[in-house]
Amino acid sequence: MSTTATTSEHLVRMANDIGAFFEVMPDQHQAAKDVATHIKKFWEPRMQRSFLEYLKAHGDQELKPVVREAVREIRPS
Amino acid sequence: MDTHPLHEEIDYGTPARESEQTVTLTIDGVQVTVAHGTSVMRAAVDAGTQIPKLCATDSLEPFGSCRLCLVEIEGRRGFPASCTTPAENGMVVRTQSSKLADLRRGVMELYISDHPLDCLTCAANGDCELQDMAGTVGLREVRYGYEGLNHLKDQADLSNPYFAYDPSKCIVCNRCVRACEETQGTFALTISGRGFASRVSPSESQPFLESECVSCGACVNACPTATLMEKSIIDAGQPDHSVITTCAYCGVGCGFKADMKGNEVVRMTPWKDGKANEGHACVKGRFAWGYTTHKDRILTPMIRKNITDPWQEVSWDTAINYAAGEFHRLQQTYGKDSVGGITSSRCTNEETYLVQKLIRAAFGNNNVDTCARVCHSPTGYGLGQTYGTSAGTQTFKSVEKSDVILVIGANPTDAHPVFGSRMKKRLREGAKLIVVDPRQIDLVKSAHIRADYHLQLRPGTNVAMVSALAHVIVTEGLLNQSFINERCDLDSFKVWQEFVARPANSPEALEPVTGVPAQLVREAARLYATGGDAAIYYGLGVTEHAQGSTAVIGIANLAMATGNIGREGVGVNPLRGQNNVQGSCDMGSFPHEFPGYRHVSDDATRSLFEKDWGVSLRKEPGLRIPNMFESALDGTFKGLYCQGEDIVQSDPNTQHVIAAMEAMECIVVQDLFLNETAKYAHVFLPGSSFLEKEGTFTNAERRISRVRKVMPPKAGLADWEVTVALSNALGYPMQYNDPSEIMDEIARLTPTFAGVNFDKIERLGSVQWPCNDQTSEIGTPLMHIDRFVRGKGRFLPTQYVPTHEKVTPKYPLLLTTGRILSQYNVGAQTRRTENVKFHEEDRLDIHPHDAEERGIADGDWVGIASRAGETVLRARVTERMQPGVVYTTFHFPESGANVITTENSDWATNCPEYKVTAVQITKVKQTSEWQENYHRFNETQLRLLKEKVAAEVAAGR
Ligand code: SF4
Ligand code: SF4
Ligand code: SF4
Ligand code: FES
Repeated sequence: MSTTATTSEHLVRMANDIGAFFEVMPDQHQAAKDVATHIKKFWEPRMQRSFLEYLKAHGDQELKPVVREAVREIRPS
Repeated sequence: MDTHPLHEEIDYGTPARESEQTVTLTIDGVQVTVAHGTSVMRAAVDAGTQIPKLCATDSLEPFGSCRLCLVEIEGRRGFPASCTTPAENGMVVRTQSSKLADLRRGVMELYISDHPLDCLTCAANGDCELQDMAGTVGLREVRYGYEGLNHLKDQADLSNPYFAYDPSKCIVCNRCVRACEETQGTFALTISGRGFASRVSPSESQPFLESECVSCGACVNACPTATLMEKSIIDAGQPDHSVITTCAYCGVGCGFKADMKGNEVVRMTPWKDGKANEGHACVKGRFAWGYTTHKDRILTPMIRKNITDPWQEVSWDTAINYAAGEFHRLQQTYGKDSVGGITSSRCTNEETYLVQKLIRAAFGNNNVDTCARVCHSPTGYGLGQTYGTSAGTQTFKSVEKSDVILVIGANPTDAHPVFGSRMKKRLREGAKLIVVDPRQIDLVKSAHIRADYHLQLRPGTNVAMVSALAHVIVTEGLLNQSFINERCDLDSFKVWQEFVARPANSPEALEPVTGVPAQLVREAARLYATGGDAAIYYGLGVTEHAQGSTAVIGIANLAMATGNIGREGVGVNPLRGQNNVQGSCDMGSFPHEFPGYRHVSDDATRSLFEKDWGVSLRKEPGLRIPNMFESALDGTFKGLYCQGEDIVQSDPNTQHVIAAMEAMECIVVQDLFLNETAKYAHVFLPGSSFLEKEGTFTNAERRISRVRKVMPPKAGLADWEVTVALSNALGYPMQYNDPSEIMDEIARLTPTFAGVNFDKIERLGSVQWPCNDQTSEIGTPLMHIDRFVRGKGRFLPTQYVPTHEKVTPKYPLLLTTGRILSQYNVGAQTRRTENVKFHEEDRLDIHPHDAEERGIADGDWVGIASRAGETVLRARVTERMQPGVVYTTFHFPESGANVITTENSDWATNCPEYKVTAVQITKVKQTSEWQENYHRFNETQLRLLKEKVAAEVAAGR
């Protein structure tokens, strides 16, 4: 049995784990910003890239709402 | 190499007393003023006189048994013992008179009549207080013959691997017994029998090795005779010089005197002036240094094209150039970001700093990480977010002032033994203790120690527990509102207060999650909040979880809410694992930050480094260790420079790590031994032990202490010199004459280190960062006194989120992992010492109920299967475990404990969740498939090492 989820699936899970910490904040707009900042501060660019590519290919329905909003901040405009 | 004389220390006879009040007295005509409570004996030393003594020593409370220290005091009858007599105002003391001389000679005569007279051939010759005292009192004859009853034929106990006990030389002074009680806190020794028959005896008259003794060596240190003696001294003789240095094992960072004979260490003696340990030590630092000269050490650089090839021994130049060539090739082929490195928490600050500099400046990326990733990275994140700095708040000594001690997910008596002893001392003095741990660790119940509360929670529920404790504090009105108003960010406080007050966070609501009765949680919270000065100590049982960072934040919240921060006796204290975990984090080992915890995206900081280093630096974070593995499997990460870490053994999900290793094209390992990682390496650069180089370590108190070279590097180069050579070969020049210049560079670039330099440490013994113009000369023993580093302390809500690692019918038990006293981390050092006598294999601890259900008896072989893999260990059935939870250590590679752990990790830092893995346990007859493979692979690699060819010799050079 393989235990290693593919890297991108793993990234989705990590993003949701980050979201789980911030989603209890009363200001959800700020929370989304915090999630975005966290990802930008701690994820190496190729992780950010494959995360965004995965979302492009598979959609963002697996993401928690707060992460979904955060993704808008992370996307290079 | 500077050699020193023996660093002889003055023995004041009795411990120093702290008191505002002083008393003034006259001793032999000299007036002297001392703190109230000081003994006459100690005052005499201040007055310039050493009173003869045998049963007294200044690390122990006086005992008054030998009667050698008698003095005359005007106006008092008889001859009081100076060690047990407190100095008083106006006392007039005489330490010499013919009557006193007679009495002392009489005492000595009695001792010597039951003592062998083999001084010339005794191992303690020249270092024996009995011998000294015989000289001091002028003993010339012994009138009682040796024909009478005596102990001269008593058998020696040689069972302990490191020290011998020869009762024929014992004078029953009780110093060893008191050292074991007062200094170590183990209570392993007693004086059995009475009068003439009295002898020192470990536990119930057992040999040392089988007794309760933990081999800390405190008794050996305290013994004034050759009765308790290091075997290394018996073998090698007395040292001729000594060098002060720092232990290279754990984050306590004990100071040691390396006692030397030429270039050979003959003993490590705990240093009395070492602030972290004040003369105490544990079995690892004190005795387990034999690995430094172990025959397995590799002393010649080696290279090979493929890991299936035999190693080729080459010169340093060849190895370094080969490595540099490979890194260049990889970067040209796969891009600049395809290589990276790992700094070592075992190496010095200077070495760590250089490795991250090499990666940022010579590789030109930020792919640098350190093994702190897998232990305390959540501490950095959690304390950074709440307090603004990534470090413990107190000195170790601060625990002496604590009224309540809360230990969460830490096992100090095993993992931080010298601090554990300090803590136990305070507990024996009456401080209250709350332990939050899934296991019944020693602190819960041991000699003269009982935890007031043991909250034995389910692994993985720390955050629920911390929130429940906070709930009680908030809803029962136990907040320290004035502290909060003055020192904390009030908006964040209100959010937190509302959050923890929710019924969902009550101990009652969370009882089904944690498994701990709500009432106990309530009582423990009340004790923490109202019991006086309360300190929190936590360890890897907090950080190595999917919610490790959240738990650290929760702990920081608790301390702020109750005002337990910013003075002696309180605080939040991470107990660091490896010796220089603190230092390696401080030195910029993380991919997202420069030295001093400054993010790489911060323009001002980056340009500071760019100017100083003369290169342009990247502003995006690099890969963390787990991300490196994943990128390797994705084919974008190809080369690794790994200094002094054994990621293959220490990182979770071994099979995943190995697949990543095999996917890389060039792995450069710098280490003392062919460790598990080196078995996958292409270049091996011999490392140097802490005895072979100059530098500094930073312990869990932020204390920076010197590591000193006592012998030349066995392979010719110290680790920092190797990094310099590699950087030069990569085309980024580095030039340092010695490590003090590296520290000067660190100080130049890092505000919290601005006042740190080797000369100052030499002068003061150690300093604690922050250390600069704004702090006192020794730096900052206590943090956050008037304000938090970030300004106002910041509260954050801590929502409990169950881990992805869930128990199921297939994997119904939770495995948690830990460490034991005598072995250290992956065991590469301690397994190569006599410490294997104390722990020769990793075992699986299982509760009798779970064992019985599976037909498992103590000592049976059991298979442990998780979603990640399967291994086999022998079982130990013990009630220390709660039902449903099993436990093991990971000191031996063949145990494969990390074959079972998964790559689940902390949400903020990717610190692996070592402490929770769902498993099934079954009784088995043979080792697992993984172990079979491991054995085969290991055999091959050892053969390839044996078959190594001296390439350059073969090539006719
Ligand atoms: S070595 Fe330490 S634990 Fe053992 S008897 Fe001596 S003082 Fe006690
Ligand atoms: S073993 Fe040493 S310290 Fe202990 S009672 Fe005998 S002489 Fe004193
Ligand atoms: S407590 Fe830690 S630093 Fe001190 S001697 Fe033991 S291992 Fe070394
Ligand atoms: S030293 Fe004072 S009685 Fe022994």
